[in-house]
This record gives sequence, C-alpha cells and structure tokens, in this order.
Amino acid sequence: MSEMNGATSTNGNGLPDARIPDGPLSQKWRTWLDAHHLVGPRNRPGRSVIVVGTGLAGASAAATLAEQGYKVKSFCFQDSPRRAHSIAAQGGINAAKDYANEGDSIQRLFYDTIKGGDFRSREANVWRLAELSANIIDQAVAQGVPFNREYGGSLATRSFGGVLVQRTFYARGQTGQQLLLGAYSALEWQVKAGNVEVFSKHEMLDLVKVDGRARGIIVRDLETGEIERFAADAVILATGGYTNVYYLSTNAMGSNVTATWRAHRRGALFANPCFTQIHPTCIPQSGDYQSKLTLMSESLRNDGRIWVPRKPNEERPPAEIPDAERFYFLEERYPAFGNLAPRDIASRAAKHVCDDGLGVGGTGRGVYLDFREAIAEQGRDAIEGKYGNLFDMYAKITGDDPYETPMMIYPAPHYAMGGLWVDYELQTTIEGLFAIGEANFSDHGANRLGASALMQALADGYFIVPHTVTDYMTVDHGDVSTEDAEFGRVQDEVEERLQALVDVDGTIVPQEFHREMGMVMLDKCGMSRDAEGLKEAIAEIRRIKADFWENVRVDPGIEELNQSLEYANRVSDFLELGELMCFDALRREESCGGHFREEHQTEDGEALRDDEDFASVTAWGWGGEDGEPVPYDEHLEFENVELATRSYK
Amino acid sequence: MRFNLEIWRQFDRESNGHFESFTVDGIDPESSFLEMLDQLNAQLGREKQRMVAFDSDCREGICGTCSLVIDGYPQGPRQVTACQIYMREFTDGATIKVEPYRNSAFPVMRDLITDRSALDRVIQAGGYISTKTGPQPDPNSMPVSPETQKEAFDAAICIGCGACVAACPNGSAMLFTGAKVKHLNLLPQGQPERTTRVIGMVEQMDAEGFGGCTNYGECSRVCPQEISLDVIGMLNREYRKARKDEQPAHRAKMTAQ
Repeated sequence: MSEMNGATSTNGNGLPDARIPDGPLSQKWRTWLDAHHLVGPRNRPGRSVIVVGTGLAGASAAATLAEQGYKVKSFCFQDSPRRAHSIAAQGGINAAKDYANEGDSIQRLFYDTIKGGDFRSREANVWRLAELSANIIDQAVAQGVPFNREYGGSLATRSFGGVLVQRTFYARGQTGQQLLLGAYSALEWQVKAGNVEVFSKHEMLDLVKVDGRARGIIVRDLETGEIERFAADAVILATGGYTNVYYLSTNAMGSNVTATWRAHRRGALFANPCFTQIHPTCIPQSGDYQSKLTLMSESLRNDGRIWVPRKPNEERPPAEIPDAERFYFLEERYPAFGNLAPRDIASRAAKHVCDDGLGVGGTGRGVYLDFREAIAEQGRDAIEGKYGNLFDMYAKITGDDPYETPMMIYPAPHYAMGGLWVDYELQTTIEGLFAIGEANFSDHGANRLGASALMQALADGYFIVPHTVTDYMTVDHGDVSTEDAEFGRVQDEVEERLQALVDVDGTIVPQEFHREMGMVMLDKCGMSRDAEGLKEAIAEIRRIKADFWENVRVDPGIEELNQSLEYANRVSDFLELGELMCFDALRREESCGGHFREEHQTEDGEALRDDEDFASVTAWGWGGEDGEPVPYDEHLEFENVELATRSYK
Repeated sequence: MRFNLEIWRQFDRESNGHFESFTVDGIDPESSFLEMLDQLNAQLGREKQRMVAFDSDCREGICGTCSLVIDGYPQGPRQVTACQIYMREFTDGATIKVEPYRNSAFPVMRDLITDRSALDRVIQAGGYISTKTGPQPDPNSMPVSPETQKEAFDAAICIGCGACVAACPNGSAMLFTGAKVKHLNLLPQGQPERTTRVIGMVEQMDAEGFGGCTNYGECSRVCPQEISLDVIGMLNREYRKARKDEQPAHRAKMTAQ
C-alpha cells in the first residue's frame, strides 16, 4: 500500500518488514487487493516498467502490465522471448480445482506446499499461491494452451510427487513449452498493440538506483556489444534461477545469476541461497566433456518403479534380475508415498544406495526407473500416450529403448528455491525493484514440489505483480532520465568490468573454470553438506576465482558479438554466488528439505530440523569485494499449520 | 575420435563469409555435436584465436535456439535438433561441413548465428488469442475432444527453430505459420479471430520475404518436431476461406446506433 512506500519499516534486526496484511489467512490477499491504490487508465501510458526475462514469470508480467496500459520494455538474452528456459518444463502445473473429485482444496494445496517446503516458507505467500492456482489454468486455456483432455472433453489431471491427489494439469510432457507459448503469444499481441517493446539478445548487466530507488538498467546488446541505458518507474527481475552454479544442471546453457546478483551487489538482499533442488529423475552423466544434464519428468514416477540390484556390483542385465533381488528402495522406505516421495527425499535416497555401491550404469551413479509392469498392466499404447515424447527423448540421448529396458536415472541440480528476498508484494529490499518467478525466494521453502514452479511463475506474473507494481506506481517518484549521473556511473563500472575480463588475456576458456567450480559445489554444497566440506569449498572457490582472474580466455572485442565475454561475465558472478551459498549452508545448522547437513539427521538418516533456531529465512547482504556477507533473519510465523516432522512413510 | 571441420566464418551482417578448416581430436563418441564445438573453442582459446560463434541454450531439443546446417541438412541429418546429435553417429576421421541457416529473411549475425526475429513478427501478426489476463470461464464449460486436442497439439509443439525455412528451396515459412494457424484455429477459443489471424500471418510472412510453398516437402522432412505437411494444407484452406468470407465492415453503422 502506498503509505508503505515511504520510509521502510524493519522487523527489528535490519530486515524490512514482509508487509503481510492483517486478518485471517484466507482473506489476506482479498484484503490487500481491496485496499491497494490504483492508477487511472489515462495515466497508465505515462508510467513505464522494465521487465527482465521472458520466461513464464517475465512474459506473463510484461503482457499483463501492457494490457493494463503501462508502457513496458521487456528484455531477454535469447534471440526470441519464446526460448526462455521455462520452455523446457515438462510434467505439469498444479491447481486446486478438484476436477478429480478427491476432496482437494486450496487448504490442501497450501498445506502440501508448506509441508513439501519443510516449513521454511511464508504461510501468507503460499496461501495466495494456492488461491490463484485455479485462475492460471483458466487463463491458459483461454489463450489456447492445449492441455490434455479426457474422452468427454474435460481437462485431464495426474499425480505428482509429495501429494495424494491428482491436481497436476499437463500438456503431454511439454507443459512448460505450451504455457510459455501461451504467455509469449500474449506478449507478442501486446507488442503488436504497441504497449511492449521487446529487446531480444540484450543482457542486463547492472541495476541503476536513483535516490535509493530502482530506476533503470544497463544492458549489453549481445549482437553489437553496445552498452545501453534504459530508465523506467519500476524494474521487475524475472531472470530465473541459479543452479548453473553447479555447472552440470538441467538448466539451459545461458541460464545465469547475473541480473539478480548485480541487484544484490546494489543492495537487494539474497535469501536462502543454499536452498537448491537436486531433481531425482535425470539422465546420468556419461563423461567429462558433458555440458548439461537432461531431466526426465517427475511424472514418470507415476508409473515407473525405481530400484537397484540388492547385490553390489551386479553384472546381469536388469531383465535377468528376479524381483526378489531388486531393491525398490523408495517403496520399502516410504510405503505411503513410494515412488512419489518428494524430490529432496527421492534424490537423497538414490544417492545413498549409490554410495552403498548398489548403483548401476557405467559410472555406478544411476538407478533404474522401470516401466515393465506398467506396460504389462496398461499396455504400451497407454504408456506411450502419457510419456511418449519423454521415452523418445531418452532413446535419442542414450540410444536405449525404455519400452524394452529400464531407464537409468540419477539426481541432477534443477531448481533454486533461494533467490532475491521479497516482501508480500514481491518487492525486494530495493524500492521499485521487484523479483518474480524462480528469481525470488518466496514460496517453496527448502524444497519445491513438482509442478509448482510453473504455478508460482504464472501466479506472480499474471496475478500478483501487475497489482503490486500498480500500487507502487501510484506514488509519483519523479522523472528520471538516462542522462542522470547515476546511469553514467554504473555504465562506467560495467564497462570497466568487461574490460578487465578481456584484459586478463589468458588461455583457458570460461567453461573450464565453470566446470571446476561446479564440481566443488556439487560435491560439497549439493545433496549433502557438512561444516568441514563447506569451509573447504569456500577456500576452493576463492582459489578458482583468483585463477579465473589470472588465466581466463576471452576474445578481445567488446563492441561486437562475443560469446566468450558473455560466458566469462556470467561465470564471474557464479563464483561470487557459490561462496555465498556455502556461507548460508554453513550458518544453517539444521537439515531441512534440500539442505541436508550430515551433522543434523535422525537415527534413520532423515533430515532433522531445528525449529527453535531456524524457523526463519536468512537474507544476506553483500559484504563488499573483500568482506564477508552479512546475514539478516526473517522469523517465520506459523499460525495456521502445526510444525510437524515431515514424514512420507 | 578425430574430425575435420569446415566451418562458415562471417564477422558480422555486412561482411562476406568464408569456410575455415579445423581439426579436432580426442573427441568422446558420447559427446554431443555442440559439445564437440565447445571443445573446438577451448582449443581455439588456448591458441588465442577467435572462437566460433554458435547459438544453443537448452541443449535438450525444446528451446529451438540451435540453428546449424550440418552436412547440408538444417539441424543435421537425423531430424532432431543439432544439440541432440552425438558424435557416435559420425565416422571417425570424417569431414563435417557446418554452416548457418541460409535465407534472406534470416541474416547472419556472426559465424553460425542467424537473426530469426522475422518469425516473432509473423506471430505478432495474429499468432495469439486476444484475451486479457483476468476472470475466464471454467475450461470444462468448453469441452475439447481428445482427438481435436491431439491434432492441435501436434501442431502446437513447433519450437520455432526455422529449420523448415532453411530447408525449403523457396525459403518458405508456411510450415511454421501453418502450425500456429492449425493449433489456434482448431480450438474453440481460437474461433473469433480465425479469419484475421490467417490473413494477418500470411501477409506478414510475405512482407518478411519468405517464399511460397510448392510442395517440395523438405520442411517437414527436417522438422525436429516432425510437424506434418498437413498444416500447410490447412493454412491454405483457412486462407482461401478467410478471403472468400471477407465482408466489408459495417462498423460505422454499428457505432451510430
């Protein structure tokens, strides 16, 4: 609300108030909407918004703000907004519509998400997400998104990990693609209408603040190399997650942390950076040259059974191993949820059996995902209808036919729950700077449930940020021009940094440093962590960083298309982020969700939370080039759910 | 494995290009084609030579960023995206020719990178359903049979990579445009704009300098999503019908009432 736009109040320890509206949980968003301030239709074309990123969150926000009448500038580093990495999401999107008549409700989606996140997210945010979930499906269908249908023509749903109802809507195994093309088409409609200007192949390299507020960005035109300035009344970052910090991940090659990291260096706090998700069902790594890992949708766990041979170093092909000698480790350990245990739990279980020497495949880091029984029971056609394109993709990559032999899978870094700290209005600790989608930290706590990323990105972009940005823009923050001295100062810093990268004039390409740091991160700040390893990782990353600035190879031209410069610049930011992730993992002396500290586990190896000391969000401030990051805590209040041990047994 | 590469080098839009030869050695057969190019660039970096520019992003065949022509085939010989080609598919010691898409509507930015923004502009001309964000009817109030859904879906899966255009002797974008028209014009939600959509998109296609279809079928032959030539049939039918049905607008009269 506008009175909150002035001096920032804090929760007493330096962190701004999360500005959660009063009143009962189910009424908070309605209350907020009813009270927020509006900009009249005739005044909207005079207000401008910059949206960085054109994935589900960015494209939906840019399109919606433009429909409302604001002038929007949209930026992406890809050559078309349609190529943002949301395109690769496979399995589905959750919504509490209860089409399957199972007694599903907003309350249940809310509770599953809070519990799935291991009680490390805000109640009010998660409730709003669950509340808006149904609208997203309606909106997407109206745009022509071809969700799967039942014979009678109604929408089909299926189950996903961590839940006992079928609330996941899907478009074969290409749900992200179809939802993104829906949002992209809405964006292109607004381009045609003259309300949005899209800048493809433009990468944001810094944020410009004027009088403490976000007023613009510095970007590099990736074709000409020209550094350009853009000003606006508000800036929205929808730049995705940072799991490429692990080098090998399911993210696209270009996915990077630069936009959010540079905003962090300008004063935006970075929350829960150590909360990353390692997805259980990915195609295992096959060699050192490999540049990325491919996800196989979690939906496969609906019908596939996960197992390893009981005997270490088993040499028989899977078909020859009788049932009694197969260890269905998820079904045995978590009988209630079985193969649909949440991602963090399923990943850790796979790691443990491989650590015990039961893993399969060339590297011993793989487990079987077997469709033999599903094909026998339902027929090949039924399985093909549900997962045909996933099976094809697997066959293309590995050369194996999953209809004949079990798939092999292993966990891979996939999603970042952490991100820029935002309040209830999705505003960061910099006024006028908003963060949406995977770029913020808000809704998934310490572990995200399957099919919830698409839901959150679109809830933020279609239904939340257009209203909260409107509220922010009801106050006239004054004109700003790209001629302002601040723009010049920030541009100079950006140019100096690029020049410094070129000036290293080394012989080792950025990819090699990226790979080296990724291995450290995966080993010491991945599926399990301990204090000693984290301290080693910090030292290792500092060494790699120093080496990088001594020996990195970047092609010399800055004012031209230069992919090695783009890559080196992104790696330089990952190196700084990696260190912060280790600090965060070190400070959080508990295990929760995807953050598993070896020192904090139950007798049977499950995560052991410490709600006394860590029922909180850690938001980190930038400590300067040579300083250490500064932590601030936001205590999480649970008024509607009871903090319970998360059991899927 | 060892390969000889003939790669197109071009500094920028205005420059002339030429083929340059390289040799890469010690390539793992399980590495992908793009990972092989990564290794070439690591080698060039060590020698302080300018690296080869090529576009890729998801490297799992869905983003459509890849835009290589490999041994004369857009996206390579196997009807998958370039990122899904593995070196195990080539013979050791082979010479491989790598070029950018060649089409006047897709100018080369550098080396193997082309500008495909013309395809975005075709979408802007009607590849959407004009509906604002806000309250919408419940989807089950407008049933869609699974058969219709499947037909629309088989067109909607286009990844916009432009291989169809690059393969076509006429440089036609009708597979791309037809896929979007089919996707939206089959669905109930797409009906109100059925006519304006197809006319707008076809006119934009012409304005961008794409050619017309003369049934070579090369587009569908290289399409990594295996989109069928049927979409062009539907595009033609929809376009003919739209032109025939075009009525002079009586908007002024409506407003006067």
